[in-house]
Amino acid sequence: MDVSYLLFILMLSVFLGFELINKVPATLHTPLMSGANAISGITVVGAIALAGSGNADMAQWLGAGAVALASVNVVGGYMVTDRMLGFFKKKEG
Amino acid sequence: MGLELIIQLGYVVAAGLFIFGLKMLGSPDTARKGNGISAIGMLVAIVAALLDQGIVQYEYILGGMVVGGAVGAVAARTVAMTSMPEMVALFNGVGGAASGLVGVAALSIADGSFTYITIILSILIGGVTFTGSLVAYGKLSETIGSGAVTFGGQKFVNGLIVIGILASAVMFVMDPTNTNMLYTVVGLSLLFGIMVVIPIGGADMPVVISLLNSYSGLAACAAGFAVDNNVLIVAGSLVGASGIILTQIMCKAMNRSLSNVLFSGFASISTAVTEVEGEIKPISVEDAYYVLEAATNVAIIPGYGMAVAQAQHVVKELMELLEANGCEVNYGIHPVAGRMPGHMNVLLAEADVPYDQLLEMDDINPRMESVDVAIVIGANDVVNPAAREVESSPIYGMPVINVADARTVFVLKRSMASGFAGIENPLFYKDNARMLFGDAKESIGGLVREFS
Repeated sequence: MDVSYLLFILMLSVFLGFELINKVPATLHTPLMSGANAISGITVVGAIALAGSGNADMAQWLGAGAVALASVNVVGGYMVTDRMLGFFKKKEG
Repeated sequence: MGLELIIQLGYVVAAGLFIFGLKMLGSPDTARKGNGISAIGMLVAIVAALLDQGIVQYEYILGGMVVGGAVGAVAARTVAMTSMPEMVALFNGVGGAASGLVGVAALSIADGSFTYITIILSILIGGVTFTGSLVAYGKLSETIGSGAVTFGGQKFVNGLIVIGILASAVMFVMDPTNTNMLYTVVGLSLLFGIMVVIPIGGADMPVVISLLNSYSGLAACAAGFAVDNNVLIVAGSLVGASGIILTQIMCKAMNRSLSNVLFSGFASISTAVTEVEGEIKPISVEDAYYVLEAATNVAIIPGYGMAVAQAQHVVKELMELLEANGCEVNYGIHPVAGRMPGHMNVLLAEADVPYDQLLEMDDINPRMESVDVAIVIGANDVVNPAAREVESSPIYGMPVINVADARTVFVLKRSMASGFAGIENPLFYKDNARMLFGDAKESIGGLVREFS
């Protein structure tokens, strides 16, 4: 893909990220971090293509390792965030 | 419609769901749903990636997913909320390592200098995030000392490492067949991660975790450039931005610049001796009970000590008794209380304290004058009036919770040892301050027994 096009996407998403996260209240900062952890597991998408390429052996093993590590992030991150957010309750009545 | 288009559209949908999920994380009412939407986005992205026709073997992928997923699931289910900082530190590191590995593996499909540069970047950021997070984990879990580790010539050594990384990176990009240079970058990045975190003291951990959180996103972003994938760039930069914002908030809450936090371990720590007048006035649990029984407005200010003593549940019991006694109870939470952003909120939420009673520093301070009793539990520097009154204090200028404005202040403390930052606290000597010495959990438990 065109480099300038990728950089364009980068710039827009950084600005969008700043706008979105600035609105998260302090009380939710820990779930925000673990939720962000989960999203950074998106690397799994890149790793999948490499782990399944079937070419160079080394790359495939590295890719598989990356899939495993990123899966820890994805599964662990979303589950623990959900667990935490389940604790947050409003005052009854 | 071609398969490639379907895959790309899948990525677009995934990115949209991440953005929407993060937006919903902006309010406690919708946050849980938002997290779920973000998870659906991840699922869409993974399914789209699996559709790729370049994939001829699924064994490696499945193997990796099963192993990683199982580890993640067990960790997420079993971790105690007091250990969330360690867990997030580890997850940061794992994410960094994954992106670094993707960078190395992407060599097999790389062409053109730009791709090689992005491969180097994902290895560098990923490597630093990985080992840096491991050191942060060690400090947080106190498997290694939590203090700052400094030695003579530290700046010089770090400078050499940076030069080494730059030199080997340039040589590799100029001649990509020279993989020895790439391995040098890998090794030096891992070393650099250790070097940048060891001089940072335990009290600054909220900043470090936030920063490493940001790096793990940036590493994913760099990996996205390396493998030419939009959704990695979008998701990675969202995480990167989130970490940077949290880092800024943490720095502001300590009235320090980021570079001061990162490099202050190198500077000699100023040992200003604050002249403190007055005397320490201890109070017994019984006397504290009589004061609380007459109180109509109580503010509880928790710090990391509450987490250490595991006192959050008994604090909630005390809160219920006070409320039954017709007393208004609020919590004042300093942004850097605990070892990561929002740590206290999660602990108290787990103990069933409604989140609308968890007030931020700027909301509790104006109310402090109408508070009868402020109970400080395991917090020290975040309530230190020296930050407002003593210009020579190292924490002068740091915004603090003004507990001294309350009619009476109870300070629950193990002993008279100074806080994490090692700074004398004049609060303890104020006329309206009473020290309730002992384990926080036992002291509060004692108050609960007096009430019932």
